[in-house]
Amino acid sequence: MNITRRRLLVLLPAAAIAWKHILAGTPEASPNYKLTEHWWGMLVDVTKCIGCGNCVRACQTENDVPDGYYRTWVERYHLEGWAFQNPKVDSPDGGKNGFPPGNQSGGKNFFVPKLCNHCVESPCTQVCPVGATFVTPDGVVLIDQKYCLGCRYCVQACPYGCRFIHPQKETAEKCTLCYHRITKGLTTACCESCPTGARQLADLKDPKDPIHEFLRTHSIQVLKPYMATNSKVFYNGLDGSVR
Amino acid sequence: MRLAAVFLVGTLLFLLARGFLVPRSFGQYGHYRGNAIAEIAARPVAFAGHQTCETCHSDVLELKQKGRHARVNCEACHGALAKHAEDPVSVKPAKLQAAVLCARCHEANIAKPKQFPQVVPAEHSGGAACDMCHRPHSPALDSGKRK
Repeated sequence: MNITRRRLLVLLPAAAIAWKHILAGTPEASPNYKLTEHWWGMLVDVTKCIGCGNCVRACQTENDVPDGYYRTWVERYHLEGWAFQNPKVDSPDGGKNGFPPGNQSGGKNFFVPKLCNHCVESPCTQVCPVGATFVTPDGVVLIDQKYCLGCRYCVQACPYGCRFIHPQKETAEKCTLCYHRITKGLTTACCESCPTGARQLADLKDPKDPIHEFLRTHSIQVLKPYMATNSKVFYNGLDGSVR
Repeated sequence: MRLAAVFLVGTLLFLLARGFLVPRSFGQYGHYRGNAIAEIAARPVAFAGHQTCETCHSDVLELKQKGRHARVNCEACHGALAKHAEDPVSVKPAKLQAAVLCARCHEANIAKPKQFPQVVPAEHSGGAACDMCHRPHSPALDSGKRK
């Protein structure tokens, strides 16, 4: 083939792009785990939460979360009469050591566990300037710690306050839905340690997962539906005052 | 001609620099480093999971299944024990404090669901340890020998 300069000029970038795609192959997370066969979410049954803080402690142990920071936490709501727009919310140390009995009486009282909502349309991944945070093909929002600059855009963008900057690493951190566990066939640390089954890991692509029956037969809500984030943490029995 | 050569050299330099600076797996699944997924998944686990516990402690499983704690997983009370599961001989689980553990769930709190069994520990037992009467794996009073 007679290669002219003009032809070479066209071919070189094309060859470079093709070579890059050849090099892009990488092993999967676990040998038998297929990224495309799962779509992860979680079910939180507010009516079962007893505020014991097991989930918060388990998360801290499993993921080395520093003291004073939380990838998951539990809030206690107290409402007087009909004033559901002004709930009193407390979460001492993220609910890690449970909640003091207190002297409150009357009104409406309940616990709400919170974590990353692993949104399909996640605002946090959209604002990242370097591609350090992303939604995986199996629906989990993760952070590439090697790429994160610690610019804090994502911390501000999350409508649920689920992200923080790690005090030592200076990079963004958040719930990974225990990605290192769920890819090995285990449930998350918070679900494993929840004594009442208030948290259930859900694989929305698995037709045998009990989540489908639960979603069909219960009144389900997500946090801040008006943000249109397409959250995958589904709450059963969620009160309208929760924000 | 000279302009074309400059353009060509510039393009090649750009592609060369890009080849070195952009990780190979970037863009594999989207605008991020594809290998990051495998790196995050490779992290070791701390909680072994109740299925692992049950492979050795089937006697406890049997006892638990008869009682109200049937659905409470082992590590909810015993803590993270993946290291014990890996090396059961040299890594032994810590002794548990029943008074702290029981109260964590069963101490009365107005925000707890009404159907959940709750007590005011001082009134309920008068300071006696919970495991004087209740066995943690099957807590009903009439459920037999202590375990």
